[in-house]
Amino acid sequence: MGRYLLRFAGLGYLAVLLVVPVGLVFWRTFEHGLSAPWHAVMTHDARHAFWLTILIALVAVPANTVFGVALALAIVRRRFPGKGIVNAVVDLPLALSPVVIGLALLLLYGRLGWFGPFLDRHGIQIVFALPGMILATIFVSLPFVVREVVPVLREIGTEQEQAASTLGASGFQTLVRITLPAIRWAIAYGVVLTTARCLGEFGAVSVVSGRLAGKTDTLTLYVQDQFESFDLTGAYAASVLLALLAIATLVAMNVFRPKEEIR
Amino acid sequence: MSIVVRDITKRFGAFTALEGVSLEVPTGSLTALLGPSGSGKSTLLRVVAGLEQPDAGEVLIADEDVTEAAPQRRGVGFVFQHYAAFKHLTVYENVAFGLRIRHRPRAEIAERVGELLRLVQLEGFAKRYPAQLSGGQRQRMGLARALAVDPKVLLLDEPFGALDARVRKELRAWLRRLHDETHTTTVIVTHDQEEAMEVADRVALMNAGRIEQVGSPRELYELPANEFVMSFVGPVNRDGDAFIRPHDIELRTEPNGATREAMVERLVHLGFEVRVELVRDDGTRLSAQVTREEVAALELEDGQIVYVRAVRQTTFTP
Repeated sequence: MGRYLLRFAGLGYLAVLLVVPVGLVFWRTFEHGLSAPWHAVMTHDARHAFWLTILIALVAVPANTVFGVALALAIVRRRFPGKGIVNAVVDLPLALSPVVIGLALLLLYGRLGWFGPFLDRHGIQIVFALPGMILATIFVSLPFVVREVVPVLREIGTEQEQAASTLGASGFQTLVRITLPAIRWAIAYGVVLTTARCLGEFGAVSVVSGRLAGKTDTLTLYVQDQFESFDLTGAYAASVLLALLAIATLVAMNVFRPKEEIR
Repeated sequence: MSIVVRDITKRFGAFTALEGVSLEVPTGSLTALLGPSGSGKSTLLRVVAGLEQPDAGEVLIADEDVTEAAPQRRGVGFVFQHYAAFKHLTVYENVAFGLRIRHRPRAEIAERVGELLRLVQLEGFAKRYPAQLSGGQRQRMGLARALAVDPKVLLLDEPFGALDARVRKELRAWLRRLHDETHTTTVIVTHDQEEAMEVADRVALMNAGRIEQVGSPRELYELPANEFVMSFVGPVNRDGDAFIRPHDIELRTEPNGATREAMVERLVHLGFEVRVELVRDDGTRLSAQVTREEVAALELEDGQIVYVRAVRQTTFTP
């Protein structure tokens, strides 16, 4: 009896907080048929926002994956001065509000920022352009791969790596053949979380993008733009697109994951 | 191929794991590094393999100075206590690992792995993953993996320590037979004196980062260099300054002048042998080992008064 009650409470909590609101967005989008939302997402600005979001994720996710795995290896396997500080700083993007991160980038790369005059002289635009948005997205989605990989690296220990080295494997061969396969599901999960975070990023990107429709609007920014200009159909349709991207990410991971490893 | 270790010192922070240790392992021998936990035996083995860097001293494998060489350049086969199996690879792939690193032709790898799996009696298990094997099977896979690359020396770090007593005994005998066939220079680390005596032809007994004595199992047992060796390689009674092995205590029902009176406190039947726990009139406790027949002949029972004499005893002059 108690077991059912607990299960009911758990499902109810999820339903009220997650399923109902998201379901409502879907229902609102499609309540008058497919035609209106289809046209809404096929406008120039919506399509541009969609591809910009994808492009930013395609740069930020690989960058954070490579950097995240390297950082996790350094934190777990190496001893270096300031390791404790590095370990703490990795979590900074989780603790800091994205708006603050956006402002920080503005102060650094903006026209009046530290590097502003230098960048200006060389005709490089970072803020209010794609590079700034990519930087902001990398910043906010940095911790996920590191945080997924670190505990798994600790758990597998160094014995397998030592065994590989006695069998003739170089450091690089050991990394590729032993360490990376051993942590592959942690990396995969970290990539999914990073991707979700990149697609959904709003605050930091909003500060550094300048929000030029059809130029520096990502999907999340586009949703808010449409909402503010009373184009509810456009806002809902773009929201559904965002949700579908997130679902696709999750499905992709489960497809690539072999059956025997699901326990 | 021989191993020579000269004046190795290794510290971990304030703890000195090895203090000026020197040892020679002759070609083709099976040497045991025996000692209590914390005596430095595993550290010494890891220094030989290159998994630990010594603070001082040198290591020679097959007359070549490898002190500065990385583990992958030393040509050692290493077997870990907790198997260190590559969990994401099958048994076949685990054993083939070293050969694949060396880019051997596929057919040669298949032949060699098949041969080794037969040798370690895992023929039917090639496609399994380590998680689907028992502890004993995993360790045999570990041995096959280490042997696959034809190592100059085979190093085993408490290889049977994580296994239950019966499997441990089986694998021990099997390792000895394997060594008699291959004659690979082998060093095995163990804290179990029985294991060392049974499997090795030479034993180096370690204590607190130093080697106390090196010799054949029989030498260590019969001619121990000091008190530590005497009491580590077998059960021992202490009578003042003298050390007496339990089987060197003679029991009689009548005094003969050289004997002393003692009371049988308990009889422990261990199959063919019986351990007689005695307490002398001065309160000294002794433990004697006799055969079942002797117990019957003497009609020993708990609480009985007997007369004891040390047939052989050893004293060490400090």
